[in-house]
Amino acid sequence: MLDKKQLKKEQIIQTALELFASKGFYSTTIPDIALSLKMSVGNMYNYFKSKDTLAIEIIKYISAYLGEKLKEINEQEISTKEKTRKIVEIYFKTASLKPEMIDYFLRIYLSNREVFKESCEGMLCVNEFVTEIMIYFEEGVKCGDLREQDFFSAFGLFMGYLGGMVFLKGENVLPKDLNDYVDDITFNIYKALSAE
Amino acid sequence: MKKKMRVLWLSAIACNGNTHSFLNYPYMEQFLDDFEFIYHPVIDSEYSLEDIVSKEITCDILLIEGAISKEFKRADVSVVDIIEKYSKIVQKIVTVGTCATFGGIFRESGYEETSGLHFDKEEPLKTHKDLLDKTISVSGCPVHPEVLVNTLYAIKKSAALKLDNFLRPKEFYAYTVHNGCTRNEYFEYKVDNHRFGELEGCMFYDHGCQAPFTHGSCNKILWNEVNSKTRAGVPCMGCTEPTFPRQNLFSTKKNMAIPENLPVGVGKRVYLTLAGISKAFKIDRLEKKLIDD
Ligand code: SF4
Ligand code: SF4
Repeated sequence: MLDKKQLKKEQIIQTALELFASKGFYSTTIPDIALSLKMSVGNMYNYFKSKDTLAIEIIKYISAYLGEKLKEINEQEISTKEKTRKIVEIYFKTASLKPEMIDYFLRIYLSNREVFKESCEGMLCVNEFVTEIMIYFEEGVKCGDLREQDFFSAFGLFMGYLGGMVFLKGENVLPKDLNDYVDDITFNIYKALSAE
Repeated sequence: MKKKMRVLWLSAIACNGNTHSFLNYPYMEQFLDDFEFIYHPVIDSEYSLEDIVSKEITCDILLIEGAISKEFKRADVSVVDIIEKYSKIVQKIVTVGTCATFGGIFRESGYEETSGLHFDKEEPLKTHKDLLDKTISVSGCPVHPEVLVNTLYAIKKSAALKLDNFLRPKEFYAYTVHNGCTRNEYFEYKVDNHRFGELEGCMFYDHGCQAPFTHGSCNKILWNEVNSKTRAGVPCMGCTEPTFPRQNLFSTKKNMAIPENLPVGVGKRVYLTLAGISKAFKIDRLEKKLIDD
């Protein structure tokens, strides 16, 4: 069971995520977040020492959340193609249900590197998520479904495509619902990575 | 005069590499004070190979070097028959080297059902099961002379050797060759800028080092008392294992940049998580050359 402090932390993370998404990272202050939660600013600092610490905790939280979902997919006895589809689905589902999460990843984590430089070197803060993507690739190559290649070129292809679609959706330029693209996108990604 | 142990060194399908390795044992004089060969293919001995196959000469330990096949003969007698005859009278049988233990490089040539005495690679064999209690395996291509000699002394002293699943003395085969390599720090921080023969870098990521999953004492008991492959800058080729020899010994098999074989007992998820963390460090000292920069 999550203890009280952990629960409160998650509430703060969720609220901060929503505010960052609507007002932007730099214009949202700790007092704004405290106000939204009806907490005192002093009490807020008991949970997160600074906005930067909060920012780092948020990206770790998102990585753990997505990592857990991917782990469930990786542990199923299904073909790499089916796994690919499930990963696309879960990513889009998260983007629809918790748009602020994916938004945070794309707009804040990837574009404000200075905030994350200190304790998030390399892939440290998104480790859980990246590890599961690695396992998806590794198992795909091992069973002969996917082509052996440099990890980052494969990773960039996969995540760049998904991120790009969510970004387009966020900008309201996609004519259809995200979920309507799952088949096509799965096909394209799989075709690009596959060994055939 | 104290009693010497009588040893028969029988060569099956072999390149004599274990013999050569054994000849580098630094305290040979002492050894020959304690053991005598009733027959050895290159060391002077009391009996000839013909004597060995035609008579039954008293003997305490049977050493087998080389892979075994029913079709293979020494002095016109099948090696399997020679083994069977002597195995009945000796106290212990020692399979010397990887060929005698698992089949090794000769098994790969595909000659007439070639295998080790008790194993065909990892597969336990049904034949010679009655000898299991007598056998100790000292694998290696070639075996390290000290591992062989110390095993023989343990037999002489009737010391109880604990064996692993492949009948190898745990004393020498419970560690991995990775244990004691001077490049461990490079392995820890995932620094792989290795060049053959140089002091820097770990060979696990690119150059095929199999030490993290190879059982042996190579970095604890040095070769010729001075060095080991990995210390010198050449990857461990896993020569003590049933899988030896595999192909492409100088490159690491990877799937999407992830090594296919991981250190013994380390799960993939755990390995990737740890690797991800250590890769985040950039340690200048390890990126540079240590000497002559
Ligand atoms: S070179 Fe081989 S033995 Fe040495 S640290 Fe690297 S993996 Fe281990
Ligand atoms: S370092 Fe590896 S390949 Fe070399 S002798 Fe030792 S176990 Fe065999």
